[in-house]
Amino acid sequence: MNLSPALSQIKDEIKGHALSYGLDFFETIFEMIDYAQINEVASYGGFPTRYPHWRFGMEYEELSKGYAYGLQKIYEMVINNDPCYAYLMESNNLVDQKIVMGHVYAHCDFFKNNIYFSGTNRKMIDEMANHGMRIRNYVEQFGEEDVERFVDCCLSLENLIDVHSPFLDRKRRKEDSEITDEESPKTVQKIRSKEYMDRFINPEEFMESQKRKLEEEKQRERMFPEHPERDILLFLIEHAPLDKWQRNILSLIREESYYFSPQAQTKIMNEGWATYWHSKIMTEKALKDSELIDYADHHSGTLAVRPGHINPYKLGVELFRDIEDRWNKGKFGKEYEECDDYLAKKSWNQHLGRGREKVFEVRRIYNDINFIDTFLTKEFCEDHRLFTYKFNEESKRYEIEDRDFKKIKQKLLFSLTNMGSPIILVEDGNHGNRGELLLHHQYEGVDLRIDYAKDTLRNLFLIWRRPVHINTVVEGRKKRFSFTGQEHMEKDV
Amino acid sequence: MVSKIERDHTRFRQIVRGKIKRELKHYITQGELIGKKGRDLISIPLPQIDIPRFRYETRKMGGVGQGEGEPGTSLGGDGDATGSSGAGELPGEHILEVDISMDELAAILGEELELPRIESRGKKNITAQRDKYAGIRSTGPETLRVFKRTYKEALRRQLAQGTYDPIDPIIIPVRDDKRYRSWKTHTTPESNAAILYMMDVSGSMGDEQKEIVRIESFWIDTWLRSQYKGIQIRYVTRQSGGTKISSAYKHASKLIREVYPPTEWNIYAFHFSDGDNWSGGDTNECIEILRQEILPHCNLFCYGQVESPYGSGQFIKDLREHFRDPETLVVSEIKDKDGIYESIKEFLGKGR
Repeated sequence: MNLSPALSQIKDEIKGHALSYGLDFFETIFEMIDYAQINEVASYGGFPTRYPHWRFGMEYEELSKGYAYGLQKIYEMVINNDPCYAYLMESNNLVDQKIVMGHVYAHCDFFKNNIYFSGTNRKMIDEMANHGMRIRNYVEQFGEEDVERFVDCCLSLENLIDVHSPFLDRKRRKEDSEITDEESPKTVQKIRSKEYMDRFINPEEFMESQKRKLEEEKQRERMFPEHPERDILLFLIEHAPLDKWQRNILSLIREESYYFSPQAQTKIMNEGWATYWHSKIMTEKALKDSELIDYADHHSGTLAVRPGHINPYKLGVELFRDIEDRWNKGKFGKEYEECDDYLAKKSWNQHLGRGREKVFEVRRIYNDINFIDTFLTKEFCEDHRLFTYKFNEESKRYEIEDRDFKKIKQKLLFSLTNMGSPIILVEDGNHGNRGELLLHHQYEGVDLRIDYAKDTLRNLFLIWRRPVHINTVVEGRKKRFSFTGQEHMEKDV
Repeated sequence: MVSKIERDHTRFRQIVRGKIKRELKHYITQGELIGKKGRDLISIPLPQIDIPRFRYETRKMGGVGQGEGEPGTSLGGDGDATGSSGAGELPGEHILEVDISMDELAAILGEELELPRIESRGKKNITAQRDKYAGIRSTGPETLRVFKRTYKEALRRQLAQGTYDPIDPIIIPVRDDKRYRSWKTHTTPESNAAILYMMDVSGSMGDEQKEIVRIESFWIDTWLRSQYKGIQIRYVTRQSGGTKISSAYKHASKLIREVYPPTEWNIYAFHFSDGDNWSGGDTNECIEILRQEILPHCNLFCYGQVESPYGSGQFIKDLREHFRDPETLVVSEIKDKDGIYESIKEFLGKGR
């Protein structure tokens, strides 16, 4: 920690306020750095010791340019780690630093207490340094070209993980079943019955469908993988013909993907929570009269909205405030939901006072998807002027589509599902009995971007080393895209 | 020590450079970079440098936004204005723009087209003299007196003499205290070049033909600028109504005589036309002017003939007939935008 005595004092003050509100965080270490350093740290996703790769250089170029042109400025960075590390920017004024500190403590509280972060490595700073070291060693041993090319391939697939797996342990389940079900039943078991009742209790159609089911199951058992696998990275690590160093690189990139995935899954909540608390700490405790204008300027900048973009800070904080208000007034439950008197609903107040308790509960057990699903209300959408937009093919521009509550909710949930990535599974690892890899895109109504999909297949081929395919839907038609190693192919299926 | 990010950043720049090099032909034929020029930097959109992933087609996805407006209200990012690349403020779409200096762009052009470095002609290496402030001395004109140094000297002297009074700190410099800037004269060899562009503006040159000329001259400029320190450019256009090529040549010859004496200038002349000339008689006159007044003084004279449905395309044949195996004359036919690439190579490939 390299804070000046004055800042150190402020830090202690803000920390005291945060604790008094009931926030609960890991020890938090602040580092004061200049804009070039903060751009560097941010380029590495918060980990300055990360492995070398050009995409971090690309990130750096964009951040530096954005800063130089005054388009953007990073106020703060905070790392999910125990202890938590937070970076402050030197050139920010004192009010900014105060806001940022309040913001940071709330993030740390979220990291520590939100259930979706419970599986993350809290010593990730060390782990990242190890990853960096390993890849640098590989570069020395196998040459920059080869290692970089391979890392490019891995990054191209890094979103192909199973976001739910940290809580499901699908692996174990499979192993268990392998041990217990030695042989599945060969024939369909009839339900026992008297003979004259048999055709009612075991009707023919039922027996037929059971038979078919059994047949399919047997088919499945011969399949590889037995059930479609959503953790494609894991499947590749276990089954692709890789050298040891390649397998290690793929593993560490998968590990980083899982580390970052809770942050992507709770963006709205996490920023909302941090904004909720920085504003509370500032306006109720820490703000001096002379700082009011600067505070208001900073805070309104954080919450500014542009059409066509959801600002997670804004949406998150407003939802948290809405929840607090509703639970304070008892605006929930059957009676409230079923009330159709607009005015009665509006002025509903049972003086419950359970708002604070509720927001703490919410920050513990929700992620963005069930947060939106549970707490986004029709009234909220109207009050905050939410809308859905779409691309108009004729005018070649994005236009407001609708303000219907259901559609808004559906669109928003869709954009959050699987962190906004299409759901893709390994369907068959021995396709056509030729060791080819067949992926399946679980189509939800939105097409894949074809040029990107083709390039991704090309990278996948470099890992699988046999032809690779993906089944998807393009403009309503089922299609299969393939890369054979030499050429791209495309056919209807 | 090179910092970690610098290494990754350098690597990124290398990749960008490679990308631009591969896409150069595309940039040249599409004329995409023209009009994007800043002072020294040029911004190049690179949509493809992204790491490919399985992802949704953004336009098919749509999304949720916040703010006022009726259904049908545009979210900004007008389709026409952003063009086919679709960059800008559109939701969820992101195209990387990298800045590259004109020098670097020229270097890439040179590598990709395998252009030889230009050997400027011996005599035209003129020397230029430049004065530069180099130090301080005790004599000089009052206009160059350095206040701070003079004050310091005076203060020092007064302290030493004991005439400095802290309560009434008045400093009065005497002649010996005064300090002046001094300068040194640097002589550097400098080669200058003049580019004379001649283009027909007659009716038979359509918009597409003019576009081709514009693109080609942009790249020629870029290359020549990287090869010479001082470049001057003149444009000579022939107005319609009797398309006499000779009038442009006469004017060019006059410029060479009066403004750009060949002893001091490397002269490059480019003439773009659809090959339509007024009459055979005028063509003969052109040949004479070229032979007598222009070619002997130029590093290079390039004639680019743009194919046009209205022009006869006769002029290039005449030139080829009259100048067999010429030293300083290059002719090139440009069929369409795709021909620009080869044409630049023909013009500048001689290294003159």
